[in-house]
Amino acid sequence: MMSPKGNVMRLKVLMLMAVALLGGVALAGPAAAQIEVDINAGAVKPLPIAVPAFSGSGRGAEIAQVITGNLERSGLFQPLNVSSVSDKLPDVNVQPRFPDWQATGAQALINGQVTVGPDGGLRVDFRLWDVFSQQQLLGLQFSSTPDNWRRVAHKISDAVYERLTGEKGYFDTRVAFVAESGPKLARIKRLAIMDQDGANPQFLTDGSYIVMTPRFSATSQELTYMALRPTGSSIYLLNLETSRQETVGRFPGMVFAPRFSPDGSKVAFSVEKGGNSDIYVLDLRSRQSTRITTDPSIDTSPSFSPDGSKIVFNSDRGGQAQLYVMNADGSGVRRISYGGGRYTTPVWSPRGDFIAFTKQTGGQFHIGVMRTDGSDERLLTTSYLDEGPTWAPNGRVLMYFREGSGGTPRLWTVDITGRILRPAAYQGAASDPAWSPLLD
Amino acid sequence: MNFDTQRAARLALIGLAAASLAACASRPKPEPVAPQQPAPVAQPAEPAKPYTPPPAPAQPIGPIPGSAQDFVVNIGERIYFDTDEYVVRADAQPLLAGQAQWLNRYPSVKVRIEGNADERGTREYNLALGARRANAVRDFLVAQGVAAARIETLSYGKERPIDAGTTEEAWAKNRNARTALTDGAR
Repeated sequence: MMSPKGNVMRLKVLMLMAVALLGGVALAGPAAAQIEVDINAGAVKPLPIAVPAFSGSGRGAEIAQVITGNLERSGLFQPLNVSSVSDKLPDVNVQPRFPDWQATGAQALINGQVTVGPDGGLRVDFRLWDVFSQQQLLGLQFSSTPDNWRRVAHKISDAVYERLTGEKGYFDTRVAFVAESGPKLARIKRLAIMDQDGANPQFLTDGSYIVMTPRFSATSQELTYMALRPTGSSIYLLNLETSRQETVGRFPGMVFAPRFSPDGSKVAFSVEKGGNSDIYVLDLRSRQSTRITTDPSIDTSPSFSPDGSKIVFNSDRGGQAQLYVMNADGSGVRRISYGGGRYTTPVWSPRGDFIAFTKQTGGQFHIGVMRTDGSDERLLTTSYLDEGPTWAPNGRVLMYFREGSGGTPRLWTVDITGRILRPAAYQGAASDPAWSPLLD
Repeated sequence: MNFDTQRAARLALIGLAAASLAACASRPKPEPVAPQQPAPVAQPAEPAKPYTPPPAPAQPIGPIPGSAQDFVVNIGERIYFDTDEYVVRADAQPLLAGQAQWLNRYPSVKVRIEGNADERGTREYNLALGARRANAVRDFLVAQGVAAARIETLSYGKERPIDAGTTEEAWAKNRNARTALTDGAR
């Protein structure tokens, strides 16, 4: 195990509503309808937004760049190049010269200011403006240590996203994944973790054995993943803060497909015995494992509903792989997918409204979503190999991996409308992404 | 991406050896099978021919009887499966019967059956599918008299392809179970 040291220290980001200084700023003007972005329409036209470098001491340009990258990749915003705008916004408490910004075509403006206090602490103030109604939409202040400037930028991105879309953001998050290297016939797979925007990638294993399917706990402080060696397979629980790792149970056959329950108290996974794979649930407090499926078919890829009461999984008990939902104790199994093709890797949305899955049909792979009763199935992607969706914490964006016939897997994202499909920020060879919940 | 040609060439040789041996046996069509029974033990299509150790080598160097090379070259270590299936095909049974005879002749040898799947499935599903294939081979060998205690099974899912291609021909090679000698070979 290599240490993920320094990597997951708890952040002390204080978020304060900045109110007093801005009381009278909003201009008395016509109460113009405020800008808003309808995320569920898939943003046919992204919102033009200006994010000039923050003023003040240090990191102001980098913070603006991180925010710009986040908003651009969401597909909902079109950040503009505003380097030529004469309004330099020296003080965040001074109202912008709106005509300058209106001329850029921007509908929204983010300006901010970075100060470093006498104690070395970082303070970032920012404002979100509606350029045409000339109203302030948001004003917040974040305090942290200077080395946390990226996380401050992500928190600002989340606040802006939420203010303009009405949905929670997903930028102050991390992604665990499998970093791949080497030729297809001798591929090296290492457990890795990074910020959602691809920054700070770190390897957690050395590649001497195969790793697969990392998944976060609800607190983002733990991963569960599968390791595969010639001597057998293991499921591990890895604490990212302490680097402490433990093995989940001992079974004579293969163990695989682990996933935490939403409250973090259980792990569901598959155990193979004599060629038959069934789903087990391990209670992490009592350390008792319970077998919850008994069908002589492949039962795997369990994923809990957000309230923990149900599990969706895939099984070939009907002849080929389809999706089934059961109660968390294994009772009440019912099939929910009925389309042609093979359905695998179901993942329940953290919002509870959709189940994402991998589907094979017509020689192609797809990432799709359906309602939790199997209705409203929609395929969002198509390629030679698309696999393994993971939900952003807002339940509106998915990350998955795509492998072309060249054999190099990459991470991609798609929104639930299917209209915003693009490579993830991380450009290395990677698979099996797992999106963390929002960090504290 | 670099292509490991040396490894590929070696694997191709092994594949050739296995294929030529299989070609010696009659190749009846695969029989339809009930897919929902766990790891069924198929009966050999014909009585296995008795294993005879390799004759005195015509060339200066040949596999030592009882060695891993003997097993790989003269018996064959891999059998192949149909898409999403795990029943031992009739055309694979002579090779497995040969494995069983070889193992019965060298009782100190231990093996690990490694089940593999093509890339036309998800990782998790293919781990389960590979385990089914490994167990199907295990059950076959046990039915042929190989002690169960000498056999362990493992699934690599789709993680250990032997052909990097993206055609049906490549996938067919990657749907296999390999009998790896882990101990006791000369």
